Amino acid sequence: MKAIKILERVLVSIPIMFGVAIIVFLFMRLTPGDPVDIMMGRGGAVSAGEIEKLRSEFNLDKPLHVQLWLFLTDAVKGDLGYSYVQKTPVTDLIRERLPATIELALTALLFALIISFPIGILSAVWQNSLLDRFSMAGAFMGISMPGFWMGIILILVFAVKLHWLPVQGRIDFDAQLAAGTGFFVLDSLLSGNRAALISSLKHLVLPGFTLGAGIAAILARVLRSSMLETLRSDYVVLARSKGSPEWNVVLKHALRNALIPTVTVIGLQVGVLLGGNMIIETVFSWPGLGRMVVAAIFQRDFPLVQGSVMVYAITFVLANLIVDILYTYLNPKIAL
Amino acid sequence: METTPPTVQPTNRLIHLWSIRLKLWLRDTKEFLRELILHPTALIGGIIVILYILAALFAPQITSYDPTKGNLRDRLKPPAFIEGGMKEYPLGTDAQGRDLLTRIIYGARISLIVGVVSVGISVLIGSILGALSGFYRGKLDAIISRFADLLMAFPFLIFAIGVMAFIGSGVTNLIAALIFKGWVEFFRVVRGEMMSEKTEEYVEAAKVTGRGNLAIIVREIFPNIVQSIFVLATLRIGEMIIMEASLSFLGLGIPPHIPAWGSMVASGRDFMLVAWWVSTIPGIALMILVLSINLFAEGLRDILDPRLKTIA
Repeated sequence: MKAIKILERVLVSIPIMFGVAIIVFLFMRLTPGDPVDIMMGRGGAVSAGEIEKLRSEFNLDKPLHVQLWLFLTDAVKGDLGYSYVQKTPVTDLIRERLPATIELALTALLFALIISFPIGILSAVWQNSLLDRFSMAGAFMGISMPGFWMGIILILVFAVKLHWLPVQGRIDFDAQLAAGTGFFVLDSLLSGNRAALISSLKHLVLPGFTLGAGIAAILARVLRSSMLETLRSDYVVLARSKGSPEWNVVLKHALRNALIPTVTVIGLQVGVLLGGNMIIETVFSWPGLGRMVVAAIFQRDFPLVQGSVMVYAITFVLANLIVDILYTYLNPKIAL
Repeated sequence: METTPPTVQPTNRLIHLWSIRLKLWLRDTKEFLRELILHPTALIGGIIVILYILAALFAPQITSYDPTKGNLRDRLKPPAFIEGGMKEYPLGTDAQGRDLLTRIIYGARISLIVGVVSVGISVLIGSILGALSGFYRGKLDAIISRFADLLMAFPFLIFAIGVMAFIGSGVTNLIAALIFKGWVEFFRVVRGEMMSEKTEEYVEAAKVTGRGNLAIIVREIFPNIVQSIFVLATLRIGEMIIMEASLSFLGLGIPPHIPAWGSMVASGRDFMLVAWWVSTIPGIALMILVLSINLFAEGLRDILDPRLKTIA
């Protein structure tokens, strides 16, 4: 039964991915004017012949449905076209930037989980306590605070005033780190480079926290309210009356069931993580995918923007697929 | 004994009907206000939001400065409450010598307009499509629902950034980009409510009395779900305001010549070491507004629709 459910979810997400690709393809058609004209700059000293050549190079001379078909078939093969500006395949550019982005996203997720779980659980166990009130007020501030502003405040306090942490970038300029996987923390661990490890971890703290804080706020709130619900349920009362120790009641009986709604919310928060990624990478000059996209938008490098937006959207679809599968495992009702 | 039913003029009956409606509405409003007063956080949130709206409306009366023209001799002056500040510029000036308070007050206009208009139109589109889909089902529902599923596959900010990247910055474009995805949530809520309300007895009863489908949707079902929509919409206004500020921060939202909080924060980044206030103060204005909207919205939810607690 579970296997069928999972297979069903996988099959459903395939047409969605194609639909996403079509919408991203249509984005380009929203541009007022001709992409090649924009690319060349209006009134540029480019001959008509060259423009024609470019048009056919980017398939812009073909009818829309042919363009769409070419775009989709290429995308399936992992070809997202060429960057107008850098004249290299979009896929290569994305691949180059992806490790930095993933490293930051995982750090943010880690921060979010480390902060939200203890707070969410303890606030429910000690409902209306001082801890509960303070942390829920904090969480409320967290969801009302724009990430870019929080990042700037943190830079001002911890980097500019206190000098505890670096202002921007991924690693100190003088850190000698041999090229490897592109994940600096992993690379420095593998090569046993202590200085590089410390430097890259230090650089991760502020952007990781900023990106994770908003998610932590939402998760803490959801976890608290679903814990409050499960803590009042019959099976928890039963577990208590059987003399099960309190920590066991909370962690095993209440938390496990409270996780079901929480996991769904984590899936949705992946979207916040991806969107926030562009903002936070810009604030902290983090050399990842998000910053590249923002730069590409200003350079009017449409294929690069198109390809990156598609990668973001497909990641979101895949993340939600994983969450759904996890959910299937967590929820005993589906096994029946 | 035979009694003849009193004949009532149709216009009189209409007036009578509306007077009952008005009384009910007044009673509900009174009840709502009483509960609002008992809910201090919602009340404070609501009052602050009203102050922001008033400030935005009467911006030219409140401040005599031009939000777009500065005095370069007075550039980067600190706020009046710290050393070196001038009382002419209570919150200091930016790199072009423009009064920060003035720009923040004018910036409230953009934030409020974008937030309210984008959510308002999203609610309108989402409710109409959701009501039609949920009530009639069939092909129309299948098509709109699939399209909504596709839009759901995009993270909101990514979608907005993607659209803005291609259509270019501007207030109308930004609002359009936010609506383009914003309607989906309202569509799903209204559609779901429609489908479950449709099977209720009162709908059956209305059908029996010969009411048309449109009348049933608008007059019978809608009043039952309008409160949930209202609460959800209020919660989303804060989110849209943050979204607008984020896009403007990136330079993709409001064009630079219009004062907007997000772009003000961005413009202050270059002067962070010498003039911290240029970046931070507009952000505080933004946070207080969003916080107040959310406090008010959560209060609304507690009062009007406690059952929404789990989904929003």
